[in-house]
Amino acid sequence: MARIVGGLATSHIPAIGGAIAKGLQQEPYWKPFFDGFDPAREWLAKVKPDAVVVFYNDHGLNFFLDKMPTFALGAAAEYRNDDEGWGIPTLPPFKGIPELSWAIIDHLVEKEFDIVTCQEMLVDHAFTVPLKLFWPDGDAPAAVPVCINTVQFPLPSARRCYAMGKAVGEAIAAWDKDMKVVTIGSGGLSHQLEGQRAGFINKPFDLKFLDTMVDDPEWATQFSILELVEKTGTQGVELINWLAARAAASPGPMRKVCSNYHIPVSNTAAATLALEAA
Amino acid sequence: MSVSHGIFGTTPFDGTIAMRGYALNKMCFSFNSAANREKFRGDEEAYMRAYGLNDRQAEAIRRRDVLGLLEAGGNVYYLAKFAGILGLDVQDLGAAQTGMTKDAFKARLVAQNDQPETI
Repeated sequence: MARIVGGLATSHIPAIGGAIAKGLQQEPYWKPFFDGFDPAREWLAKVKPDAVVVFYNDHGLNFFLDKMPTFALGAAAEYRNDDEGWGIPTLPPFKGIPELSWAIIDHLVEKEFDIVTCQEMLVDHAFTVPLKLFWPDGDAPAAVPVCINTVQFPLPSARRCYAMGKAVGEAIAAWDKDMKVVTIGSGGLSHQLEGQRAGFINKPFDLKFLDTMVDDPEWATQFSILELVEKTGTQGVELINWLAARAAASPGPMRKVCSNYHIPVSNTAAATLALEAA
Repeated sequence: MSVSHGIFGTTPFDGTIAMRGYALNKMCFSFNSAANREKFRGDEEAYMRAYGLNDRQAEAIRRRDVLGLLEAGGNVYYLAKFAGILGLDVQDLGAAQTGMTKDAFKARLVAQNDQPETI
């Protein structure tokens, strides 16, 4: 049977992709953010996961408003990155693992999550940046992309994302393959790009959220999406990706490998978290 | 009707706004392609007409008016692709929307470190 060895999460700000491409990791602006990954990378080198399930949000690369799924899963052998229009370099394709994708899809639909399935799916910075951060040498394990709509309201509730993640975890645990799997939640933490409230950051909420991810993961599911917008900004709601990844990793407390919180990267309160199965 | 839900300076991008902004967002989505970005640069008016932008949307594009683009139904994720054509990043957009200089906007972000650590 497959085994979930941990849950990871990180911000995915596009500028990070630019900094990686330019080799700026040790510059004073970037160092406090990039240094937060060292313990996570050491841990990953030790546990060597075979597959990764990435919960992220597409920002207008694969999906447009003509067809906007609430939850969409990739089921492909390969996922291509492409031009997003504002200049971060396009990365080589990422490996998929369709057998795991379908094991998850089958279970999700059985559990009444009526998802969209994609045999072709472009993946944007929200998928690629976390994989480049946790596996900087480009040796990320085969991936399953799980895309959650954060573009067009109504967004799925935090509680619903948590429940979906939990079902993904059940599917992985029941998958009849001797493989080690990690999950990743991509995005956040508090930030807002648009409107007169642009630049909004909520440090006390973020720090509380980071704490609860370790041993009280359902804490943030008490809030409605609009409450989360108010508390974390219109883009801070990306924490629903973290909730889904955390629920998939384990229903109970986990052991913290490392966490990092840094204000600001671009307009964002950037955070990184690595949790190990208890 | 779309409503602000009482959050200052914030209008969630809901169905009403998504319908209002469809042509504008579709044009900006097309800027994923380098060839389309080039075509837009070559003749902005013709490009906007081809995508059926209404007067308000076209005027906001001409003025590079970020708040005007949002009011005309623009979504920030697609507008970012338009900003990319202009060589602007999200901190330029933040400064433009808050009426600050970019340096002042960046300084305000750094100052968020002074917030308390507990709720």
